[in-house]
Amino acid sequence: MRAFFEKIGYETLRFLESYGRLGIFLVRTLKSLFTSAFKLRPVLRQIHFIGVRSTFVILFTGLFTGMVLGLQGYYTLNKFGSEGFLGSAVALGLIRELGPVLTALMVIGRAGSAICAEIGIMRNSEQIDALECMAIDPYRYLISPKLLAGIFCLPLLTAIFDVIGILGGYLVGFGLFRINTGSYFQGMYLNVDWADIKMGLVKSLVFGLLLVWIAACKGFYLHLERTGGFGAEGVSRTTTDAVVLSSVSVLVWDYLISALMI
Amino acid sequence: MSTVNSQAQNNSPVVIELAGVKKRFGRQMVLRGVDLVVHEGRTLVIVGASGTGKSVIIKHMLGLINPSRGTVKVFGRDLQRLNRRELNEVRSSFGVLFQNAALFDSMNVYDNVALPLRERTRQSKEEIHGKVMGKLELMGLEKSVDKFPAQLSGGMRKRVGLARALVLDPKVVFFDEPTTGLDVHKSNELYRLFYRTQQQLGYTAVIVSHDVPKIFKLADEVALLADGQVQGCMPPEDFQMSEQPMIRAFVEETMGHLYLSDEEEADFYA
Repeated sequence: MRAFFEKIGYETLRFLESYGRLGIFLVRTLKSLFTSAFKLRPVLRQIHFIGVRSTFVILFTGLFTGMVLGLQGYYTLNKFGSEGFLGSAVALGLIRELGPVLTALMVIGRAGSAICAEIGIMRNSEQIDALECMAIDPYRYLISPKLLAGIFCLPLLTAIFDVIGILGGYLVGFGLFRINTGSYFQGMYLNVDWADIKMGLVKSLVFGLLLVWIAACKGFYLHLERTGGFGAEGVSRTTTDAVVLSSVSVLVWDYLISALMI
Repeated sequence: MSTVNSQAQNNSPVVIELAGVKKRFGRQMVLRGVDLVVHEGRTLVIVGASGTGKSVIIKHMLGLINPSRGTVKVFGRDLQRLNRRELNEVRSSFGVLFQNAALFDSMNVYDNVALPLRERTRQSKEEIHGKVMGKLELMGLEKSVDKFPAQLSGGMRKRVGLARALVLDPKVVFFDEPTTGLDVHKSNELYRLFYRTQQQLGYTAVIVSHDVPKIFKLADEVALLADGQVQGCMPPEDFQMSEQPMIRAFVEETMGHLYLSDEEEADFYA
């Protein structure tokens, strides 16, 4: 019986410790943005890594997501004789929901995992200790450029995803079902409001912060993670954890933001 | 048994002082009350078996971990009471050569050595270039500036690590197992570089090493860490002659004996 309660206590402490670390990590990173001189070059380097190098995968997934939406949307709308609303349905689905979420999930897979692994390996090989011993703040030097780049890139990548998705929907609608071009774009123009765009923008900003925050934190505290520890296996397990937690967090926050802004 | 350095003739100021330092990791007590003093301009070598907590002591001195009990003072300042900015002020007098050099994989040799200058000073590119090349020449690495850590041998990585540790002319330099993984020739080369740079720059050195008895030649004082405590800290000549049982056992084992007594060893070879 005692062992049972000990186990519960231990697990509770681990849980609080783990989420407490996430909070402390974010506060320290945000603080480092304001307490030291801002350097543009490292941020640009991260924008290139997180943003530019994700563009192709975003174009690709955006196009096919839009095409699937066009296909399924037409099938559904056709049942009600409302094919003319295809443009609105595709655009609203992408801008409010699928654009931010799928972009975030793609960037988590491509850049979030790399961020976690990179920082985790730096922790393992004492490079982060070396930075601290050189009196270089690792939060400012390593983490804050990534965080800024994530917050900057996600809305842009989402916008690319949305635009290319809308074009994908149009390609299917026009190419397969001979939907009228004017009604596709006019419907979209009439039914998409600033509130829809604002919701997508807020989501993508929050997701940009979330994905870098969780991935970087998991790597940074690799040595304290239950699944972490040292060695290649520790890095790989922690990276998997970071990807899962970031993805789940994106979906949870997606619901919360939708509920708040709808 | 005195655990504080028994060096009566040493009047130089105290740079680092550990008092009653205890450290627990989970259920394991690694340090059980360590008292140790490092004097300015001196070389303290910490020896002991693997897993006794030698590197943990260095990490306490660097402020990378906090003691569970006790105090760590550097230049008279209690590291536990310092905020991040104050801790960085203290650390700006440090240089560290890590066990695996801890070079930044994505930077070449030049950038690795230049990093502390770029991040911590406002020197011009020319000044930084002059200092970096000066340290790399001292280490015999002036032709390897464009190489990346993965392209270097173990000995070269250590020399780059030493160049980076010294580039800001620190007051205290820490060496964590500096010759691990190096052959005799490379480790001798590293020791010569250590000796030469210490003569030039006059820094205080704290070395954690297994390399006994060679390391005794460089030490002003040797401390044995065993059972989570410093069993004695004294000049190397006294250390080798010490009658303290744990020190005696350590010296005999590390001087090439397989057994603690001559009789046991004679039996073994018979």
